[in-house]
Amino acid sequence: MVLGSVATVTEDETLLSATGLTKTFGDFTAVDGIDFAVRKGECFGFLGPNGAGKSSTMRMVGCVSPVTSGELRLFGLDPARHGPAIRARLGSCPQRDTLDEELTVEENLWVYGRYFGLSRKEVRTRAAELLDFAQLTDRAGDKVEPLSGGMKRRLTIARSLINSPEILLLDEPTTGLDPQARHVLWDRLFRLKRSGVTLVLTTHYMDEAEQLCDRLVVMDHGRIVAEGSPRSLIDEYSTREVLELRFDAEDHQDVAEQVTGIGERVEVLPDRLLVYADDGDQAAAVVHSRGIEPLSALVRRATLEDVFLHLTGRTLVD
Amino acid sequence: MSAPTTTRLTSLVPMPAGAGLARMLVERNITSFRHGWVALVTGFAEPVFYLFSLGIGIGALVQTVTTDSGAEVSYPQFVAPALLAASAMNGAVFDSTFNVFFKLRYAKLYDAVLATPMGPRDIAVGEIAWSLIRGGLYSAAFLVVALLAGAVGSWWAVLALPAAVFIGFAFAALGMFATTFMKSWVHFDYITLAIQPMFLFSATFFPLSTYPEALQWVVRVTPLYHGVALERALMLGEVGWGVLAHVGYLVVLGAIGVVGTARRLEKLLLS
Ligand SMILES: Nc1ncnc2c1ncn2[C@@H]1O[C@H](COP(=O)(O)OP(=O)(O)O)[C@@H](O)[C@H]1O
Ligand SMILES: [Mg+2]
Repeated sequence: MVLGSVATVTEDETLLSATGLTKTFGDFTAVDGIDFAVRKGECFGFLGPNGAGKSSTMRMVGCVSPVTSGELRLFGLDPARHGPAIRARLGSCPQRDTLDEELTVEENLWVYGRYFGLSRKEVRTRAAELLDFAQLTDRAGDKVEPLSGGMKRRLTIARSLINSPEILLLDEPTTGLDPQARHVLWDRLFRLKRSGVTLVLTTHYMDEAEQLCDRLVVMDHGRIVAEGSPRSLIDEYSTREVLELRFDAEDHQDVAEQVTGIGERVEVLPDRLLVYADDGDQAAAVVHSRGIEPLSALVRRATLEDVFLHLTGRTLVD
Repeated sequence: MSAPTTTRLTSLVPMPAGAGLARMLVERNITSFRHGWVALVTGFAEPVFYLFSLGIGIGALVQTVTTDSGAEVSYPQFVAPALLAASAMNGAVFDSTFNVFFKLRYAKLYDAVLATPMGPRDIAVGEIAWSLIRGGLYSAAFLVVALLAGAVGSWWAVLALPAAVFIGFAFAALGMFATTFMKSWVHFDYITLAIQPMFLFSATFFPLSTYPEALQWVVRVTPLYHGVALERALMLGEVGWGVLAHVGYLVVLGAIGVVGTARRLEKLLLS
């Protein structure tokens, strides 16, 4: 097992908590008084578009960026006073890989383990296990530079596990990877979660948040706008299904009034209309019966994207 | 344990935190260096080439030199200590500026390091210690060559190696401190601008007495002068209390560099 023995999970044990957490850069507020708590063993997510303040939050949590105001506690400790002690118990995958390109794959793990003060023997054994976990054993002696993006990301994750962390921080773990590499990575993250590691991740992909997170907060402009499980957020802020209509129109705003009254709510995007209805097929039938002729009509299940759109009036990825 | 002393020191000079793991960064650099040992050879070769071209070339024209303390020595004996000091400076500056700049701005090495228990102080101490180890190797090799070439005149020369480490310390620490202010490779011209005149005018190739009076005073405040004077005193066996003044000067500069570097790294990377 990669993670060794897993301590017994006490119910509702909070490992990480923030109250009024704020980060400013000059007079710009990147994180604006957010509250959240992460329990042992769960996967907790920050979902939000670029610039929402996710990385700024993660850097504070990782104890590499001082808190401007508010309270942050990890394992009950204050990062301002116990930074090194907290970091010894964290694993951290920053948004951009910071692998050591002058070293080989396995040297990256050894050296990183030594930064935690682990013995040479310890880092060797663990590195071997982690290379296996990251499916990189056959690249152990290679330089890092020629590895693919997905491999580098897996190596970064393996490296962040060298100290058997209690919390693993993942800032946009799959951004920039192709779909296949993303799935391999998700699979690894599932395994970690099953073995008891608490995961805290940020993403601007709603499918990633839905796949991995037990609970998440939706972030926008440095604030938390909603919180819950993916399912409960969709239930609360969206209908069960969505009817997507595309028209042969320059601006879909012009055709929006044709569908008023159908479903619970209509969102207008530049290239399509989203009709929110618990029964999408029935809504499509009503559209048809009004004699409206869209280029295409597609019924799908509601996603976190719809939640975000409803809460902020904007799409997550543009 | 040294904890109480550390606490007292840090309360005097505000110094960013470290976890006492600086040696791990040295270990990392050794690991990395195994892939690029050619650089080690070039760092050693340069001062040796100087010794032979200057020592033998100019040595053929100039029979003896009268040192500032009045002794008559051969030109190779006169110039070897200065070359040792200059190579300690060059090695330290190269490592702590070019190499550190790359790690800081491009490789993001220190961002990765700071996510572990290690702190800015560990990085400053680790990188500077590494420069000293590397510089120490060059100096040791140079001393052996100088000895074989007959350019060493006293048993005090066994202290020339630790002295070179003090020189390296001052320059590595100042170099790394300066590097934390640099934003692009263009700024390295300033380093060259500072290093080259020092290399040429620190009583390196001629005794200080041959300089105009006013220039002598300028030279006396520059760090390499103290390095050259220290090495010359040891290698020619002209040892007096002045030696300690040179050492003190270099140590103070180095200490300023270490504290300054750690504080700048904290400001730059832990934002
Ligand atoms: N070091 C910094 N200095 C100034 N502004 C910053 C800094 N880091 C982040 N920001 C700003 O804070 C905002 C939030 O950034 P970030 O936390 O990286 O968002 P996200 O990770 O959600 O994309 C952005 O507008 C960004 O430009
Ligand atoms: Mg980010």
